[in-house]
Amino acid sequence: MSSTPVGAPVQPVAQPGAEPAAKPLATLVARPLIRRKPPKTRRKKLTTEHVLFTTANTTFLIVLAAVTLYPLLNTLAISLNDGMDAVRGGIGIWPRVFSLKNYEVVLNMDTIYKAFFMSVLKTVVVVATNLFFTSMLAYALSRSEFVFRRPITLIFVLTMYFDAGLIPNYLLIRDLGMLNSFQAYWVPVIISAFNLIVLRTYMKSIPEEVIESARMDGAGHFRVWWQIVMPLCKPALAVIGLFVAVGSWNAWLDTLLYNSGEQWLSTLQYELQKLLASSMNAGQNSGNMANNAASVASGGQLTSPIALRSAITMVAAVPILCVYPFLQKHFVSGLMIGSVKG
Amino acid sequence: MTNAPVSDLVTATGLEPAAEPASTRSADRKARKAQKARKKSVAKGPKRKITWDIVWAQRALLAMAVPLLLYQVLFKYVPVYGWAIAFQNYKPGRGGIFDQQWVGFDNFEKLFTGVMGERFRQVIINTLGQSILTLVVGTFGAIILALLLNEVKNLGFKRVLQNITYMPHFLSWVIVASLAAVALSLPNSGGFINQFLLAVGIVDEPVMFLTEPNYFWGIVAGTSLWKELGWNTILYLAAITAIDPALYEAAEVDGAGRYRKMWNITLPGIMPTIVVLLIINSGWILSTNFELPYFLGNGLISERAETIDVFVLRYGYQLGNYSLAVVAGIFKTIVAIILVGSANQAAKRMNQETLV
Repeated sequence: MSSTPVGAPVQPVAQPGAEPAAKPLATLVARPLIRRKPPKTRRKKLTTEHVLFTTANTTFLIVLAAVTLYPLLNTLAISLNDGMDAVRGGIGIWPRVFSLKNYEVVLNMDTIYKAFFMSVLKTVVVVATNLFFTSMLAYALSRSEFVFRRPITLIFVLTMYFDAGLIPNYLLIRDLGMLNSFQAYWVPVIISAFNLIVLRTYMKSIPEEVIESARMDGAGHFRVWWQIVMPLCKPALAVIGLFVAVGSWNAWLDTLLYNSGEQWLSTLQYELQKLLASSMNAGQNSGNMANNAASVASGGQLTSPIALRSAITMVAAVPILCVYPFLQKHFVSGLMIGSVKG
Repeated sequence: MTNAPVSDLVTATGLEPAAEPASTRSADRKARKAQKARKKSVAKGPKRKITWDIVWAQRALLAMAVPLLLYQVLFKYVPVYGWAIAFQNYKPGRGGIFDQQWVGFDNFEKLFTGVMGERFRQVIINTLGQSILTLVVGTFGAIILALLLNEVKNLGFKRVLQNITYMPHFLSWVIVASLAAVALSLPNSGGFINQFLLAVGIVDEPVMFLTEPNYFWGIVAGTSLWKELGWNTILYLAAITAIDPALYEAAEVDGAGRYRKMWNITLPGIMPTIVVLLIINSGWILSTNFELPYFLGNGLISERAETIDVFVLRYGYQLGNYSLAVVAGIFKTIVAIILVGSANQAAKRMNQETLV
């Protein structure tokens, strides 16, 4: 109650300090100040509780952030540690015997090196084709004069819920003759129904006059789509493109199902998955990864499976962590693509 | 990005009040209601007759849409011909689908009641158990974190926290499974969870996390929580910012403390979002949980680890038992459609826009 002005009527203590503080002020100054006043008095009153809560909350959140970061930092440290030494365990977030040898070995491994470029190529092609076709269709479906837009939209929306299943899809790809070909990566995914709806909704928000006037000037639909609507959709395209890119980069099942027969089509995630599977069998069941230490030798350099796997994990994670800053801006709209889809 | 597109994206997913600034909300809502009414009247107004003239006039739009429509039908609906395998004794070596031996409903019987019955029932239980546990733990965790983040007044600190906790969402499941495999292994293999437990003295000897069946559902839920916790808070945080600040001011005037406001204003304020998300997510309950059980589940714990998708991939695709795997796939698809459909209906009944 210390801030109660002298002239204010005395109030019972149980009454919160807001009212008495506000009344005299109300006659003197503009309204907004009245609103700002009460929290100030409260804050002074609740000092101990406030400090306690803030401290506890901050501590908890810092611990949570540490728990989130630790596994990655740990893997980074192991990958930067000498391979033979890493087998002894006990590495925290700082390498014990610093060495870049693991990365040297990984980047000299023909399979990993090529898989990295295949992942990049696949991601670029998928993003380009996906954005092109999805936006073209979204434009057609966003035109209110288009007579078939409802049935067509429905057919696409239903595919979000209907899935023939893993083996029927595999059989289709096989029967189309796309097994063990680069087409199997991008042809089946040129349209995502969810992104289509998002983009169509976005396009509907473009003022009708903009499109009308272009049409008046004689621009065809293809031209309006490419030269008018696409530039206006850049923010939405950026979000969708980034999420498609992340999805494509992270995918491994398409390689396993369709393209595992050709080494040159292997992707980084698939290679990592193979390594993970083999170390799960070898390491976990015998209960000790040290057993197969030194079993990996590449180019005359000795290292251990755990160090090697850590290095590959980092190589697979780093591109994502690099685009991460660009993703941040778009979180609010991007979450609609990510979370609701589940 | 301006505000309009953001709220438009929100509308598309049925969480419309979420991302709007509070000040314009009520006015905006009125405008939108009017707009919706107008849209409805347009939609249900006199139907235009589709004549060849109109179709010809719209040939450009048709040229954009129809090839892609055919494409979608080919890649999403045509694969249904593979369901024929469910009624066959499919042997890959025997040639195409038409060269197979037809067996009627034998495979369905085999999978649900016959030889595979016991295993498949356990597979369904595992799928449901892992999904429900993941969903419940994930939802509670995200709500609590959103409430706590909302109490952080230092915006810089808040942003750093958000960026750190969002990050694992973008890592692939392969990487996450790999990190989990290391974290849960024995101390001398770098298993830092065991190292921590031993150091603090909670356990006397290392826990065999990945060889003890009873831990597996918890491991799946915990790992999913680590990956998606921060990301799942976004929707709740957006819903919290949409709560009218006047409510908090009124509560303060009435003497409500921090916990009181959290419990009586923030939580009820985001309740619609919570319910809608729970409903929508429960529709996908058979479709989640693929990578973790596939990567982390080994022979010792498969009784708790094997889910429908893993069964289809491991037992069906990799061991060549196509027929039974397709039966399992059909079962999953049909149940999923029923669940998603009723979830959507339920969400609609709660007066929230949904996607369909």
